[in-house]
Amino acid sequence: MPVSAARSLAIILVVAAATFATRVVPFLVFPKGKEIPPLIQYLGKVLTPAVIGMLVVYCLKSTPVLDAPHGLPETIAVAVTAGLHVWKRNNLLSIGVGTVLYMVLIQGVF
Amino acid sequence: MSGYKEAFKKAFPYTIPVLTGYLFIGIAFGIMYAEKGYSFLWAMLMSLLVYAGSGQYLAVNFFAPGVSFFQVIFMTLMVNVRHIFYGISLLEKFNSMGKKRWYMIFGLTDETYSLLCTTKVPEGVAEDKFLFAISLMDQSYWVLGSAIGALAGTLIPFHSEGIDFAMTALFVVIFVEQWMDRKNRIPEVIGVAAAFICLQIFGADSFVLPTMLFIIMILLVARTRLERKGDAICQ
Repeated sequence: MPVSAARSLAIILVVAAATFATRVVPFLVFPKGKEIPPLIQYLGKVLTPAVIGMLVVYCLKSTPVLDAPHGLPETIAVAVTAGLHVWKRNNLLSIGVGTVLYMVLIQGVF
Repeated sequence: MSGYKEAFKKAFPYTIPVLTGYLFIGIAFGIMYAEKGYSFLWAMLMSLLVYAGSGQYLAVNFFAPGVSFFQVIFMTLMVNVRHIFYGISLLEKFNSMGKKRWYMIFGLTDETYSLLCTTKVPEGVAEDKFLFAISLMDQSYWVLGSAIGALAGTLIPFHSEGIDFAMTALFVVIFVEQWMDRKNRIPEVIGVAAAFICLQIFGADSFVLPTMLFIIMILLVARTRLERKGDAICQ
């Protein structure tokens, strides 16, 4: 271990506290029993689909588009996952086939 | 404890994509942490107390001489800052969950947030137990994955490169599911476009906070238009 056990434990506790702090903010601002303003209710509803959109981009953020294979494995795997899901609407099938396809593509094809 | 068994049984199938993803990104974390000289018990402790994917990957670098606690706090806040906004969608659901809500707040990772907001509670299960079951199972996969990685990461018998795509695929599937409901489409497009633009401007390491702010700004500007399209998106 590069630092002492006591310091390691302290680091973990500090990271845990800082992580929890980011997650708890809205619940401190709008605690139980306090009326949630209509503007925040509105944001709560429209934020989820927007965040899902962001997370798709977030997952793909490190895709090297300028170098070969120019993000082709990611493009193909995302398209197949989405297409299969529109067709069959089966979560596990779409995710399973998409993931295995991606692994085959980056390990064997490109 | 009545009803919990049923809740876990009903919730399990919804968590299988997270099971796949968390086992493997958990394993990757365990390997990284073990390479620093930490046993699987340390990896499990961190996954139990911290429970954050990219946050824990980053945190591995904190275990080095010369890293100050100020840096630890600052960098952790920066990598997790998007989570500040997640709770807004879950205020009503969590506030009706009694003491369990503290665990629910603690467990608000990207994947769990997405499941909690978009999964319809099946017939015959109490909502609070169902949501709690999802959160608890998701974290157990994460803890298990990090332990496996730290214990036996180098012994994994098959070539697992790319398996973390399960996480991307999970979000793609949720994206498609949400898309089926017409009123979600504009927010989804706003999310993708804002993230894409901010990614080009700020780069992969620091585009998330600008993206969140950009998204909220557009959503506020478009409020009258979007509210006319109906409500109950995250219900």
